Amino acid sequence: MRPRRFGRQLVTAVPMLWLLLFFMVPFILVFGISFTQAQLSIPPYSPLWEWVDHRVLALRVHLSNYAFLATDALYISSYLYSLKVAAISTFWCLLLGYPMAYGIARAAPATRSLLLMLVILPFWTSFLLRVYAWIGLLKNNGVINNILMSLGVIHEPIVMMQTDFAVYIGIVYSYLPFMILPLYANLEKHDRTLLEAAADLGARPWKAFMRVTLPLSLPGIIAGAMLVFIPAVGEYVIPSLLGRSDQLMIGRVLSDEFFENRDWPVASAVAIAMLLLLVIPIVIFQRQQGREMAHK
Amino acid sequence: MIRHRRYFVPTMLAFGFAFLYVPILSMIVYSFNNSRLVTVWDSAHSPTLKWYVLLFQNTQIMSAARLSLGIATLNACISVVLGTLAGLALVRFGRFKGRTLLGAMTAAPLVMPEIITGLSMLMLFVAMERLIGWPAGRGITTITIAHVTFSMAYVTVIIQSRLANFDESLEEAAMDLGARPHIVFFRVTLPLIMPAIISGWLLSFTLSWDDVVISQFAAGPSSTTLPMVIFSKVRLGVSPDVNALATLMVLIVASGVVASAFWVRASERRRAREMQLANP
Amino acid sequence: MTTPYVRIDHVSKRYGDTVAVNNVSLDINKGEIFCLLGGSGCGKTTLLRMLAGFETPSSGALYIDGQNLADIPPYERPVNMMFQSYALFPHMSVEANISFGLEQERITRPEIKRRVAEILDIVKLGDYAKRKPHQLSGGQRQRVALARALVKRPKLLLLDEPLGALDRKLREHTQFELISIQEKLGVTFVVVTHDQEEAMTLASRVGVMNRGEIVQVGTPRDIYEFPATRFVADFIGSVNLFDGKLSEDEPEFVRVGCPQLPAPVYIDHGMSAPPGADCWVAIRPEKIELGRTAPAGPDNWAHGVVQGIAYLGDMSVYLIRLDSGREVRVTQANRTRKPEEQFKWDESVYLCWDAGSPVVGMG
Repeated sequence: MRPRRFGRQLVTAVPMLWLLLFFMVPFILVFGISFTQAQLSIPPYSPLWEWVDHRVLALRVHLSNYAFLATDALYISSYLYSLKVAAISTFWCLLLGYPMAYGIARAAPATRSLLLMLVILPFWTSFLLRVYAWIGLLKNNGVINNILMSLGVIHEPIVMMQTDFAVYIGIVYSYLPFMILPLYANLEKHDRTLLEAAADLGARPWKAFMRVTLPLSLPGIIAGAMLVFIPAVGEYVIPSLLGRSDQLMIGRVLSDEFFENRDWPVASAVAIAMLLLLVIPIVIFQRQQGREMAHK
Repeated sequence: MIRHRRYFVPTMLAFGFAFLYVPILSMIVYSFNNSRLVTVWDSAHSPTLKWYVLLFQNTQIMSAARLSLGIATLNACISVVLGTLAGLALVRFGRFKGRTLLGAMTAAPLVMPEIITGLSMLMLFVAMERLIGWPAGRGITTITIAHVTFSMAYVTVIIQSRLANFDESLEEAAMDLGARPHIVFFRVTLPLIMPAIISGWLLSFTLSWDDVVISQFAAGPSSTTLPMVIFSKVRLGVSPDVNALATLMVLIVASGVVASAFWVRASERRRAREMQLANP
Repeated sequence: MTTPYVRIDHVSKRYGDTVAVNNVSLDINKGEIFCLLGGSGCGKTTLLRMLAGFETPSSGALYIDGQNLADIPPYERPVNMMFQSYALFPHMSVEANISFGLEQERITRPEIKRRVAEILDIVKLGDYAKRKPHQLSGGQRQRVALARALVKRPKLLLLDEPLGALDRKLREHTQFELISIQEKLGVTFVVVTHDQEEAMTLASRVGVMNRGEIVQVGTPRDIYEFPATRFVADFIGSVNLFDGKLSEDEPEFVRVGCPQLPAPVYIDHGMSAPPGADCWVAIRPEKIELGRTAPAGPDNWAHGVVQGIAYLGDMSVYLIRLDSGREVRVTQANRTRKPEEQFKWDESVYLCWDAGSPVVGMG
């Protein structure tokens, strides 16, 4: 019995130690640094504790970074802006992704696997390059403006780059598979006879959809929406390439604090505040997943 | 009413797929365009392969690509091992001390914004270097460690779901027939979860190959990965050799995915045929 | 007295507050087919898994051939199991599945080959050695699972619902095949099943389990004809149970008065209980005779009206409402085609039975 226990402990210990060292400790570190003050030193923050007279351990906790975040309009507006962008993008993603997932789930089995592959395929190609592709389309002298002008629909190019619109497009485009796949997984399981039963009981197709399919697909909607919303809040690449320069998203603010201002404590505080922002959607998502698991 | 419904879903499907593929296609088309202006089609001199030639002559891109390839491969191999171990522990060992912690730590990187992961990794590397002198500076090692930490979480999820659907009596049967636990793992469990391990490997590879945010934090001045090069290039605007690079990457991935899809389909068909033979 | 081959000694298994197996003691002889029969959740599978070594008893001990099984991991036990799902390794051929167990022992390659070929011959799968499990029919898979367990020459073979996954026609055939293989190899079988028909045909002895306890052990005939408790009588086959009070208890007969029956029940054997004690009487449906005229004797009859008829071909099932309001099941073989011999709906009928047919009990 003893070698078996030992083997088990080894199997558990290796990933456990890795994650403790490279996930848990860094996180605690960021949390700690968020309570220090920036100073010109290496590393560029005040120590969280000090030995006073080699005897007393003095904890030096500064709440100034958080006070700064809470009072400075730049941070508040970029947090709010991130939430707004994420929410609107998630909404459009759902609006486009739901009918697609529905169509795929209702397609003939052979077509279904082809369509699914087409949804997943872009996911395997570089995310960065897919966002980049939109620059070519959305620019003032880009493909869309060129086509519209040559058709005579417009005479002046429409400004699309560096607008909220471009960021929505970029997020919807990048995260659409994350919306479609959980929705598909849910819709595909639906028993078709439920709709037949609804029709038999006199519900018109639209009614049947609203009263039967939609409520049953709610877990899929929640899972998909959270999978889009959570990363969208912290998105960095898409707004950097497509977005406005006068209104930054929170990820960009963090990166600027760190790389441009070299203010590690404020960057850490921004990160902790961002996580607090995401706690509610993450909890919703985890509970949903837990419930799905329980059903299995 | 019914007619609306009949057309609505196919229309949305067509629109959605157009939305997904038009940008990629336009990028491919313009990679053969002669004009430096990328989006203005120079019909006199196009199509041309000149951007492809320039791409392969660009030593910065080529060496970054080699570096990324190396890191992605290394990352995929380590992530698969760690992720498989974690998945095994979570699904097979029942309730043990630290199970909740391990479960939380493998789930958290999935929802953690990349930028926070990157920031915290850097803080760790700096602190560690100051304390124990390792890792000395930042480069391949630190990028790989950072990538493994979030890739292994994805592998764990894949392995977990495969193991959860796995008939546990197969392992019991092997043990019942006299196989010790490690033989059970190598002869029964491992071959049966191999598809999950392979997709975990590919996913880890892609995640690393694609990552720019975390790499920016974990990389040192001498280690610039391909996505970092691309990112800094396209921040300044479109550049035709990036189109050529994107085209090549899309073609490689697409042909790989299509080939594997055909292979899966062919083997499923063969299996179905054999099952029919067995149960006439 | 010979010592039993398999000995289950006061074994209990608790999961938290729930008791899966409660203080079970059981002796199984060498070379017999012993069936553990019970409904789902009665603890029969837990008992089997403890024998295999997948669960450890909370208390008590298990012995095979005098050897205590405690601390012996499953991979070192002289016990093999045929899983309900068969648990054939899907990535291995039939041959590789069967040789897997032998490869874990120190056996030479040629010897493994010989023994695999031998067992394939016994289960008549010689032509299928190279096939993968998914290329086999259900019955063939069942035989591979059997061969894979038997090739190790275990002291004890455990079978978990061995016929559960087969369709009806195949089951009957496979049952007899299983018995003949067992006789040929002389291995001791312990079979777990919820299907009484399977238990009756396979077993030399049956142990009926309920709520983690063994309630009766005996030959299939004993268990059907002389159920020890009300639960066994009700669980095995169908039965009409009546509550009553013992009115006379003599050495060679007893008489029981049942409020739901117009006449006392007379049974031709004694039981030692004080008169007036509460008891139950069980009468099997096929042991009741239907007639149109009143029976002669004072005991063992009833009167009622036909409430329902199910025609099953070889026999018919009648549902009869007695004058007391109690419904009783009676089966009659359809020996002739004459319509006048069949009973009709709402017909008034008399029921009677032999003095040797009812079973009386206290528990």
